[in-house]
Amino acid sequence: MIRLENLVKDYGTVRAVNSIDFEINEGEILGFLGPNGAGKSTTLKMITCYLNPTAGNIHVGKYNVVENSAEIRSMIGYLPETNPLYTEMTVYDYLKYVATMRNIKGKEFNTAFKRTIDKCGLKEVVAKPIHTLSKGFKQRVGLAQAIIHNPRILILDEPTSGLDPNQIVEIRELIKELGKEKTVVLSSHILQEVQALCDRIIIINRGKIVADGSQADLTEDYSNRARLIIQVDASQEDLTKISGVIPSAKLVSCKSILDGFNEAVFEYTPTNDVRKEIYNYIKQQDWTLLEFHRDYISLEEVFRSLTIEGGNR
Amino acid sequence: MHYIKTIALKEFTSFFKSPAAYMVLIGFLLITGWFFANPLFLINQSDLRTLFSIIPTIFLIFIPAITMGLVSKENNNGTIELLSTMPVKSSEIVLGKFIAGLGLICVGLLLSLIHPITIMLIGTNVDAGAMFSGYLGLLLLAAGYSAIGLFASCLTKNQIIAFIISFVIILFFYILDYALIFIPPAMSGIFQYLSINYHFSNIAKGVIDTRNLIYFGSMIYAFLFLASTTLDLKKR
Repeated sequence: MIRLENLVKDYGTVRAVNSIDFEINEGEILGFLGPNGAGKSTTLKMITCYLNPTAGNIHVGKYNVVENSAEIRSMIGYLPETNPLYTEMTVYDYLKYVATMRNIKGKEFNTAFKRTIDKCGLKEVVAKPIHTLSKGFKQRVGLAQAIIHNPRILILDEPTSGLDPNQIVEIRELIKELGKEKTVVLSSHILQEVQALCDRIIIINRGKIVADGSQADLTEDYSNRARLIIQVDASQEDLTKISGVIPSAKLVSCKSILDGFNEAVFEYTPTNDVRKEIYNYIKQQDWTLLEFHRDYISLEEVFRSLTIEGGNR
Repeated sequence: MHYIKTIALKEFTSFFKSPAAYMVLIGFLLITGWFFANPLFLINQSDLRTLFSIIPTIFLIFIPAITMGLVSKENNNGTIELLSTMPVKSSEIVLGKFIAGLGLICVGLLLSLIHPITIMLIGTNVDAGAMFSGYLGLLLLAAGYSAIGLFASCLTKNQIIAFIISFVIILFFYILDYALIFIPPAMSGIFQYLSINYHFSNIAKGVIDTRNLIYFGSMIYAFLFLASTTLDLKKR
């Protein structure tokens, strides 16, 4: 549905987006993750045709942003990060203006307006000036303008930023609902949000894609680490010896938990599974085993390792 | 055309949602009223020459005040991002806003029609043709100034800076006529042609020459083109 090809964006001498390539499939909810300044918003702005790419191209369906900007803009609903609104207008006037700009008039507008305010829960505030609304309602108005023309693609740049926890839940529910019938690209630096909403996650750092896959793929593949936690009646010294016997099992931590029992955490590469060897070693030593389980690396850890430590796959 | 109309209508109605437009209009009418009433009541002169000579100076402040927020406010609020991601061309945004700004100035000019109407009712030997051409000149002048103001508004996020830029550009065209004595005779022809007052005064005198119309037409086109190009360049 959307294909980014070798996309580059320079701001003067600063390269904000550096040769990124990926494809977004129809009906997918894609989470675009990255630290502040990673190039998320710039990429989204290029997809929405607000910014022109310095190099590369973006294809949306059969169109591309260089030659068919108007066609692409009519296919996309966009909520920018700052949620800009004409605050002096009432919700009704604002949505009518946006709808007219999207060529929706007359009876068609009435239907679209009703559908939009029902979906966004704006019924009680349609006659109010936007500047009198709470931040949550303003965000809903922002979403309403993005969907009033029933676009096939919805691009949301940090849609829950600055909202309180209740408002965040409400907006997430709304996005989930919209994601059932549209292709949604959602940028965020809130990991829980992306985890809660997205089928697929792309992590971008310093203008480059550093990870792409489902949440499970990312935690499995991109961390390139797996953890094993064991609780046994062995001394910390004995547990340290395991790393000597099985070199691919790296002892990360060891602490006392009960009388004579210690908990040890081992890290290993998923391609070189050490669980069997460690289990056999414990059996051989005749230790009493209280706990033996694999611990998954969290998305947060993957994110940190890819964006702070600058790791590439 | 649809987008231009929608943007123009939205901008024009939004002028009247804030007290600023009313204040500007009232200020304009008070000043023009003073310059109309003075010759009429003090020297019993029933013509609009004094009025037509003072309005270009009033426009020097009045028009940048109207146009300063047309695009700079959108730049500042971020709504330009929303507008630019709708299927509308930069030239359509510029034209819509230009029409809205000019529309408000036309309201001012329409309200000032009370002066020629008064003269027609109480004056003798009234030259209706001169009045018509005077108003046509004012309209062209307002359109030229508005195009400059709109271009300045596209350049910045700050309304005050937009006001200053448009004031300086308009002032340049305005004072050229007065600065002719300092210019070498070989170049005075070019400077005179560039002077907005020269062309306005020709029309205000009742001489509607194509050269004057071409001057205003090209000025309006050039600055609207620059405004539209400025919006396009921001995408780079």
